[in-house]
Amino acid sequence: MTQSPQPTRPAAILGGNRIPFARAHKQYARASNQDMLTSALDGLVARFGLAGERLGEVAGGAVLKHSRDLNLTREAVLGSALSPETPAFDLGQACATGLEATVSIAQKIRLGQIDVGIGSGVDSASDAPIAVSEELRGVLLELNRAKTMSQRLRAVSRLRPSDLAPALPDNGEARTGLSMGEHQAITTAEWGISREDQDALALASHQRMAAAWERGFFDDLVTPYLGVSRDTNLRADSTMESLGALKPAFGRGLSATPTMTAGNSTPLTDGASSVLLSSQEWAADHGIEPLAYLVDAEAAAVDFVTGSEGLLMAPAYAVPRLLARNGLTFADFDVFEIHEAFASTVLTHMAAWESEEFCREKLGLDAPLGPIDRDKLNPNGSSLAAGHPFAATGGRIIASVAKHLKETGQRRALVSICAAGGQGLTAIVEA
Amino acid sequence: MTDRYTKLANGPLKALVKTLGLPSPVPLRRHSDGAYLSEPVLVLGAGAAADAYAQILLDNGFEVRRKPTSEKLSAVLAFFDEAQEPTDLSEIALEIGGALRGLVRCSRVIVFSRDAHISPERPADTDPALNATRNGAVGLMRSLAHEMRGGSTANGIVVSDGVPMDAPSVVSALWFLLSSKSAYVSGQPLHVTTAHGEAATAEALAGAHLDGRLAVVTGAARGIGAAIAATLARDGATVVGVDVPQAGDALARTMNGIGGTALQLDITAEDAGRVIAQRVGEPIDILVHNAGITRDRMLANMEASRWDSVIAVNIASQLRMNTQLTEAGAWGSAPRIISLASTSGIAGNRGQTNYAASKAGVIGMVAASADRFAAQGGTINAVAPGFIETEMTAKMPTLTREVARRVASLQQGGLPVDVAEAIAFLAAQSSGGISGTTLRVCGQNLVGA
Repeated sequence: MTQSPQPTRPAAILGGNRIPFARAHKQYARASNQDMLTSALDGLVARFGLAGERLGEVAGGAVLKHSRDLNLTREAVLGSALSPETPAFDLGQACATGLEATVSIAQKIRLGQIDVGIGSGVDSASDAPIAVSEELRGVLLELNRAKTMSQRLRAVSRLRPSDLAPALPDNGEARTGLSMGEHQAITTAEWGISREDQDALALASHQRMAAAWERGFFDDLVTPYLGVSRDTNLRADSTMESLGALKPAFGRGLSATPTMTAGNSTPLTDGASSVLLSSQEWAADHGIEPLAYLVDAEAAAVDFVTGSEGLLMAPAYAVPRLLARNGLTFADFDVFEIHEAFASTVLTHMAAWESEEFCREKLGLDAPLGPIDRDKLNPNGSSLAAGHPFAATGGRIIASVAKHLKETGQRRALVSICAAGGQGLTAIVEA
Repeated sequence: MTDRYTKLANGPLKALVKTLGLPSPVPLRRHSDGAYLSEPVLVLGAGAAADAYAQILLDNGFEVRRKPTSEKLSAVLAFFDEAQEPTDLSEIALEIGGALRGLVRCSRVIVFSRDAHISPERPADTDPALNATRNGAVGLMRSLAHEMRGGSTANGIVVSDGVPMDAPSVVSALWFLLSSKSAYVSGQPLHVTTAHGEAATAEALAGAHLDGRLAVVTGAARGIGAAIAATLARDGATVVGVDVPQAGDALARTMNGIGGTALQLDITAEDAGRVIAQRVGEPIDILVHNAGITRDRMLANMEASRWDSVIAVNIASQLRMNTQLTEAGAWGSAPRIISLASTSGIAGNRGQTNYAASKAGVIGMVAASADRFAAQGGTINAVAPGFIETEMTAKMPTLTREVARRVASLQQGGLPVDVAEAIAFLAAQSSGGISGTTLRVCGQNLVGA
């Protein structure tokens, strides 16, 4: 293997745009992934005056994806105000799709392959793809191959009434059949995360995001869509009492008392987000002052199938590797943006990093990473408040945290997103 | 938004409209139909200015006639600048009258005169006869505008004493009034008060004369604001459109359509001017204060919130932004500030005490700000639209809307682009001699006449 001697250059985060996130089956029920992604791109194009410009590349993706959307991001670019000569590609890493898209663009910029690009993501839980059953699909394909009438009849004769039932997407893990919430309920019970802690985290998320909206923080991060101008899941008036009154939604079959509710878990959400990144030269040429820089990223995966680790615990493994590579400790960070798939996901990650045993046994560290100051955690709220349109969450977090660093003059942020399939993606953003 | 009557009166019902003597509006020529008409221009008057303008027109490719003629004409330029006594008006006035029947559709009469002093504050040595003559020329023009037919207009260019009759902005005003860009301006005197501004040819003003200029337009998401943004962009300006975050999607569409930049911002925010200066990040050459709201109520039923919000958006925000942008040193070298007033601010309108207070306030603001902007080579003016066909007027009761259309001399409503053209003209480098004024774009509506 040959080593590339090519030097890298910083990848600047210039800004972002997303549509307000809306709970599934509400305002965006009839909007497709392509519609929403196109709108998110158009808002970004307008914010930076890029109409008609050819960008280096646009990366994007969706978790719940129709088969017709094989070129989803390119189609969205073609429908947008960008130059039709802007290339695009789709990628997927479950809930980390948006972050992976942004990281991909950043790395291309760092390597000098492109000067400017957009990382994006979109998901609609409302306009979900519905497939035919495997059996019906087999029959239809065989029918297509059949050349004679008898071959056709033979193919059709295999069909059973039950084969006609449509296959709906679910968020169950392919290898365990358990939903993500049920998986997390097991981890939550193992780590003994309390209901109160989860509700308190959810409350803080709502309060901080409501405050951010109030002070206009999102004025240049969000563009209204279909009459929605704020995230519809946001409950500024949430209280510990209102959250405490909710009935458990997951873990009811476990021996431990169930603690996860609809209030401390993210709801199904529709939305799209985008992040504009470039080289420093491109930004200067366009008179744009970078908000921050995407410095490095690290992915991890865990063996959740055998049950040796929890489904959403991968970020706990990615973070120490990312820190080690960059010679950093928690003390070097001003902000921690940990995606709130469930309040207990964030809390188990933090508990794991504080646990001497976990850090020694599982991470092979001499000492625990240590605690995270709650004031530095998700300072403008996160997915529990905004909702979580899977592939759109990464873009929301990167744009928000970059602006937060710029606004506060703080130096460094750690970003962490857990994903289905036992995966996790983490990144460092620096001013 | 379609003016069905105008369509019918120019189509199947043409004969009936003529027989019954009903209003007969004609489709106006606009910039997209071409800037200038090709028929000759008749220049009336024997003085130096008339001679100079005959030459200027020739130099700019127009055909010129200096004597009444039986040919078809596209315009009549009448020079009263040397008239001393009211009796001096008659010769040229009657020559204009003789030429009217030879005018083609959408033609122009442009009356040149010197400024009369009609406010109580006037120079002590003002000659009553001279003043009467000068003001008489404006009166003639206003009445003639009412008599014009077939989409034609009459307007005046009033030049202050001490300013050469061929100063850059007098010429600039001529090109605007002569062109299809002034389609919905009629019965208006345009005051040129200084010799500032860069000379421009007729062709230059019809082209990308705002090339390289940066324009900020508030309330740019839709309606008149979107038309202003599009027109400034058409003329070469780089546009930053501002609107409230709630209108962000429409703003993004409008800006992407013209290659502009969207800035989601509530202009009533205490620091809006500073935020604009910081976000734009380069010198602002043109600022159009277009954002405005109506919250109509009879004064007897007026709630404080309705009154206050109209004042806050329509005038208080403009004053604050102007101050903050000046303090931030955000202006370009010869800035142009253009503010949206309204004929309601001139004539008043039932149910609009708050709106009229804000819009009359705009007229007062630009008059009082002219000297401050002159100090930095800039100008500040207002444009007062009359009945303009927008989403808002489309929601008016049918009869009210029909009346509002027909009481204008042009017998129809204006289009957002008509307001935008007047703003682009005031934003021109050649319009530096026009400041502190309010130009009405109302088709000479009876309201506020």
